[in-house]
This record gives sequence, C-alpha cells and structure tokens, in this order.
Amino acid sequence: MSAETIQSRREWLLSDRPASRLQARLGRAYVAWRRFSANRLALVGMLIIIALLVVAAFADVLAPYSPTVGDLKNARLLPPGAAHWFGTDDLGRDIYSRIVYGARWTLYVVILVAIIAAPIGLLVGTIAGYAGGWTDTILMRITDIFLAFPKLVLALAFVAALGPGIENAVLAIAITSWPPYARIARAETLTVRNSDYIKAVQLMGASPFRIVLRHIMPLCISSLIIRVTLDMAGIILTAAGLGFLGLGAQPPLPEWGAMIASGRRFILDQWWVAAAPGAAILIVSLGFNLLGDGLRDALDPRSGDQ
Amino acid sequence: MTTSITVEGLEVVFDRFRALKGVSLEVREGESYGLVGESGSGKSTLLRAITGLAPVASGTIIVNGKTLGKTRDKAFYRDVQMVFQDPYGSLHPRQTVDRLLQEPLAIHGIADGEKRIERALDEVGLGKGFRFRYAHQLSGGQRQRVAIARALILEPSILLLDEPTSALDASVQAEVLNLLEEVRRRRKLTFLMVSHDLAIITHMCERLMVMQNGQAVETLTASQLIGHRVSEDYTRNLLRASEGFVRV
Amino acid sequence: MSDTLLDVDDLRVTFPTRTGLVQAVRGVSFSLGRERLGIVGESGSGKSQTGRAIMGLTPPQAEVSAKKLAFDGIDLLSISPRERRALRGNRIAMILQDPKYSLDPVMTIGRQIVETLRTHEKVSKAEARERALAMLQAVQIRDPARVFDLYPHEVSGGMGQRAMIAMMLVTGPELMIADEPTSALDVTVQLDVLKILDKLVAERGMGLIFISHDLRLVSSFCDRVVVMYAGKVVEQIKASELRDAQHPYTRGLLNCMPRVGFERHPLPVLDRKPEWAA
Repeated sequence: MSAETIQSRREWLLSDRPASRLQARLGRAYVAWRRFSANRLALVGMLIIIALLVVAAFADVLAPYSPTVGDLKNARLLPPGAAHWFGTDDLGRDIYSRIVYGARWTLYVVILVAIIAAPIGLLVGTIAGYAGGWTDTILMRITDIFLAFPKLVLALAFVAALGPGIENAVLAIAITSWPPYARIARAETLTVRNSDYIKAVQLMGASPFRIVLRHIMPLCISSLIIRVTLDMAGIILTAAGLGFLGLGAQPPLPEWGAMIASGRRFILDQWWVAAAPGAAILIVSLGFNLLGDGLRDALDPRSGDQ
Repeated sequence: MTTSITVEGLEVVFDRFRALKGVSLEVREGESYGLVGESGSGKSTLLRAITGLAPVASGTIIVNGKTLGKTRDKAFYRDVQMVFQDPYGSLHPRQTVDRLLQEPLAIHGIADGEKRIERALDEVGLGKGFRFRYAHQLSGGQRQRVAIARALILEPSILLLDEPTSALDASVQAEVLNLLEEVRRRRKLTFLMVSHDLAIITHMCERLMVMQNGQAVETLTASQLIGHRVSEDYTRNLLRASEGFVRV
Repeated sequence: MSDTLLDVDDLRVTFPTRTGLVQAVRGVSFSLGRERLGIVGESGSGKSQTGRAIMGLTPPQAEVSAKKLAFDGIDLLSISPRERRALRGNRIAMILQDPKYSLDPVMTIGRQIVETLRTHEKVSKAEARERALAMLQAVQIRDPARVFDLYPHEVSGGMGQRAMIAMMLVTGPELMIADEPTSALDVTVQLDVLKILDKLVAERGMGLIFISHDLRLVSSFCDRVVVMYAGKVVEQIKASELRDAQHPYTRGLLNCMPRVGFERHPLPVLDRKPEWAA
C-alpha cells in the first residue's frame, strides 16, 4: 500500500462528514484506537493477552506432552532443561505443557466470570439508578450486603456450599464480583438520567425499559469494560486462590492456581514446580492491568472530544 | 377557533417548593404563545408540567381536547414535542444524527423512516452531509437544528420551545428563529415558547404571558406590548431593561 | 482621556492542540485611556482570551506574544510572575461571568473582601473591615453588615455579582476588566449591576474593558467599541457612531437581534465572508 492511499484512508476515517453509518462508526473506533495505541504499555498488555489467546487456541500444537499423563518412572521432578523447558512435577508431567493447557482454563474462568458478572452488575446498576426510590434502595442494599464480605471469603462460602470444581468456582467468583459493577453503572446512570438528552427520549414516548437499554447502558458500558479488564487480574488470582485451597479446579486439571498448590510441598528443593505457574499468573495479570489502563485512556467518556 | 392547550389553576410542587402557584392560560390552535419571565418565574416548569416532566400537584391541562392524567400516552407525544434550551446537552453524545432521528420513528413504529429523516434534515437546512455525524462534530446552531428536526419528525401539531436560542450567538439565534417561523408557517404548528427576552417573544409570538415567582403577572398581545400598553409595573421594568442601559 | 492606561499592539495568543497550533487571538491592537471600552464578538472570536492575556490568566500551555503590551508604562510581558501577581488584583482587577464560580464557597463574603485588601495593602483588621463594609455599601447592598457574614451560596446571583465587584474594587484598581459580568443575571438585575459599575468607574476614574457578546448592551454602556471576529479586530468605533458602522459584520450583529417595536420577518442573518477572517 502506498503512503498516499494510507493517508487518504486516514482522512476518510477522521472525516468530519461521514457519508454512511459504517464510516461514522469506524471513524469513532479509529479515534479510540489512536488514543489507545499512543500508550506503549497498553500495547504491551494487549500483546500479552493476544499471546494468551493464541496459546489457548493452539495448545494442542504448542504442548509437546500430555498435560495430565506423566512419566512417573523416568521423569519425576526434573529441573528445567532441553527436554522439559520448565521441568516436570511430582507426577512426572511436563510443566510447560501444563501451563500451555492451563491458559485455556484461565481464559475459561476469566471470560465466564466477565460474561456472568458484568451484565448482572450493569442491569442492577442502571435499573436502580434510573428507577430511583424503593427499587434503588432495595437493589443497592442487596449490593451492599455482597460488598460487605471480603471477596475470597464469600467465594469460599459459595464453593463450600456448591461443592468444589472449576464451574462452581467460576459461579462463586461471578456472584461475588458483580456488586462493584452495579455501583459503577448506577453512578453513571445517576449522572445522565437527568440530562436533556434522556428527557428528550422520554418525550418521544420511549418506555423506561427502552431508555435504560438503548440510551443509558451504552453510556455505562465503556467504564464497565475498563473496570472489568482491570478486575481480570483479580479474578485470575481469586481463581488461583480457590485452586490453591483445593476448592477450584480439581486434579488432574492443569489450572495454574492448583499447580502452585501442588508445588508448595517441594518449594524449597524443586522451586520450578510452583514458580512457573506463578510467573504465568503474574504475566497475564500484568497484561490485563496494562490493557485496562490503555482502555481507560481510549474509552473514557469524560476525556477527549465527546 | 379551537384551543390547542388549556391550562387551569396549575400547581407544581417540588419537595415543598411551590414552583407554580395556580397558573391558567389558553393557547389557540395555530397560535404562537409566549411565556416571559426571569429565573424562578416558573415559565420552564409550566412547559415541563405539560410534557409530564414536572409533577403536577393540582389543576388541569387539556391538550387538543383531551384532559391529561398523571401519565402521557404515546399518542400525546405524537402531538406535542419539545425543543430544549441547551443544544450541547440535548443530543445523546454517543449517537449519530441518523440514530437520533431514527429513535422516535422506531418508538412509534413508523415505516417510511428514510424519507422522513431526509425530509426533516432538509427542512432544518442541514441536508444529507450531516446525517452520520456525532453531536461533537456539530456547532451549537447545527445541534439546535438537529433538535428541531427530531421534534418535527413525528409531525406534531404543538411545539414547546424552552429558550431555544438563549445558548446561541446572536447571528445564529436569528437563523434559528427564522427557521422556527418558517417551519411553523409551513406545518401550521402551534407554538408555546419560553424566553427571558421580551424582544424574542414579541418577535415570535402573537400573545404572551408575563410570569413572576410562579404566578402570571399579566397577559398581553404582542402589539399591546410594543405600544407599551401594559398595566403592571413589573412588565414595564422588563420592557425598560430590554432596551439596554441608559445612563442617567 | 489623554493619558494611555493600557497599550496593546499586535497581541497574539496561541494554543497547542492535537491537530497543531491554534491562534485564538491573531494580532489585536488597541489602546485604552480612562474610559469605557467594549470588546464585542461571538463565541470563538477571541474576546475573552484577549481579556485574560491582559490580566495574565492565559492557561500555561498557551503562548502569549505582542509587540507591545503595556499597562501604565509597565511592560506586562517582561516583568516577573511575582510582579505580575502584585499588579493583578491591586491595580488591575477582573470580574467574571458567574459569581458562583469566582467566589470562594467556604469563606464569608466579608472575609474574602478583607483578605483581598490585606494581601495588597498593610492595613489593620478593623480598618479593613471598615473599608469592606463601605465597599459593600458602595455597590448598593442595603444591609452591608448582614451580607458581610454571609457565604456566597446564601446570596442571589445579582447580590453575588455585586459582592464580586466590591471585592475587585476594594483595592482601588486603575483598570477593570469585566468579562460578561451580567450575562448570568436576570435582565432587571443586569441593569442595576451595570448602573453600579458605571457609577464607580466614573467616580474613580478607572479604565474599563467590558467584554460581551451583546453589541447593543455594550454600545449603550461604553464610550468606544472594539468588534472582534475570528481572533481579529474588524472594527473600532465610537459607541455613539455605531449606527454608521462600516464593517458588514458589525452591521450584521446589530441588525440580527430582534427588537421590541421593530418588526422584521424574517430577521436579517449574517452572511459570513471568509475574507473577514483573513
């Protein structure tokens, strides 16, 4: 592509007079991308997350060994080396392969929690904020009850009630992580509900449901995306914590938290068993945090020309 | 001549503050009626009470022969539309002009959307080039034109105007006032217009009511006002103020 | 009116933005004696930035340059920030549009006036209080002792603006810059405030720069009017001769406003020409 066509495409995207719905939307996305990509660290974060996605998608190809079946006879607790990059654990399983497969479980947890918790929070928050009165009081007191417990303790209680297992861990984390989203969505809703543009839609005869869904929620979504992304690291750590306590993923599932837990026994002599999954959690958490910071710059409705 | 809007003994109370203390007025069909007053006079509250945005404590509002209850139905909003004061606050920041204009059509299930949107944009002098812009890509005057287009797209018979030009520069104000007059003539609309500026009200309206502290001071025709045939001191004060500063 | 109080020659204010440099003020020149000068223009004309540049309140990222920007012979662009601060509030004062934002909400009105006075002059507390009360009286506040102890949110907009004027005038400045001082006020209150301002300016022989979008109001109040468009002065004219204004922009601004008793349908609109901004 020549420099000129790139230049003209950029002008098309940044045009003040878009000629179609598509151009208007793409132009907006492009402005957000430019703000995002101006932040180097955010790009690093995005690269980490992309790498995580790639690893999870191609785990079968990338992993040289089985994640669950080890060579108990010959390969117990081998240190990192050419055959086993990150060494092997007490059951003779290749740690590198387990970490590669573990990426899938990490993504599984993170995405499911986000898909369950964010919409619940968004719905509760916008409805409470828009309706006000009794609805608001009741919904927000429920939110307060959830907020009153430390997240991990509450998740522990839920898992104890539901039984151990990664699905239940996801559910428990989701149930404990929606209240902050509800608070954010409510605060955003309160700032826009009395604005003239919401009144104008009321005067069109729109139902409250339509106003919340089509006019208020889109305004809350960007702050929610930012918050959820920043929370991802916390979700991973909570999942790892549950796994570590033996209440999350059950053996032989290659979940990073559970891996650390099983490595704890030989941490002084065979440090790599716990260190490798620990480093993986660290890097991915960092990636989500950096990405979240970048998204805040790019999506924040209060910044830039909105 | 039939009446478009009848308001009788209207009281509006916010918490314990009485914003309107028993106001009555009658707007005839096809007429342009002005409400003049300073801040706190209750003129905007009156408009909001008609649209259902302000809580009515007592009194009756009749629009096109129908007495309004606590809630307004969809049919009401096809008859009555409003243009807000602040063009920077009345357009959704995340929606294109196209989307803003489509919303009322979608709510009321109107089919010939494409045609109506193009016509509405033409009518307010914006044309197709503005259809896919966001509010932040428009000037104040252009935003107010979009707001007018949005109000007109449901083809109402009554337009409520809440200081539609007070946030605009004088030259842009003239353009928007001309546009409103033209639209009214073409669509035979009834206007109920609020302003703090006597000159704008006498320019736009045939009859007007002067308000102060939630009450009507007096009702006049524009020609009475122009001829200074007013009976209340307060109106006289407003008239004097509208002529600018006079050194004694 | 012979002695020049303020001399502005080729004043420029430039703002850096994401898309490059934007000149808000592009070569404005005028001089001011002990008179009332109006600066009129629409939004974006650079009128407020002109006032702020003289006052030294331009945002730090912007750059101010001028061939000459002198107040009473002092070159405002070459003196130190400290000297500038000493000048500001003492010999040059400014009133802003909305008293709600320019008065400190957690300090009583009286204390704000006293503090202003005591930062610029060495006076005893008792004397400062005396002078503050006298000043409140001068802006026609009927019960100065009561208003002295009130907080800004406890008074009306008109009263707040009077208090603001009192605070600005208590040090006896020689130049007053008023940026839309009455736009946030009701029309009837507006005239009261203008009357007070007019009287004080006349009595004290101050120079006044009155910045406004309202050409008619300015021309009824000021001796001379500077009309700005797109950062430039398009016309300088005596207020009494405004009817004979030459520039089509000035004439357009005068004509496009509706007036009681002058019916024109439709209203004449401005036909903006690109060469006005050139």
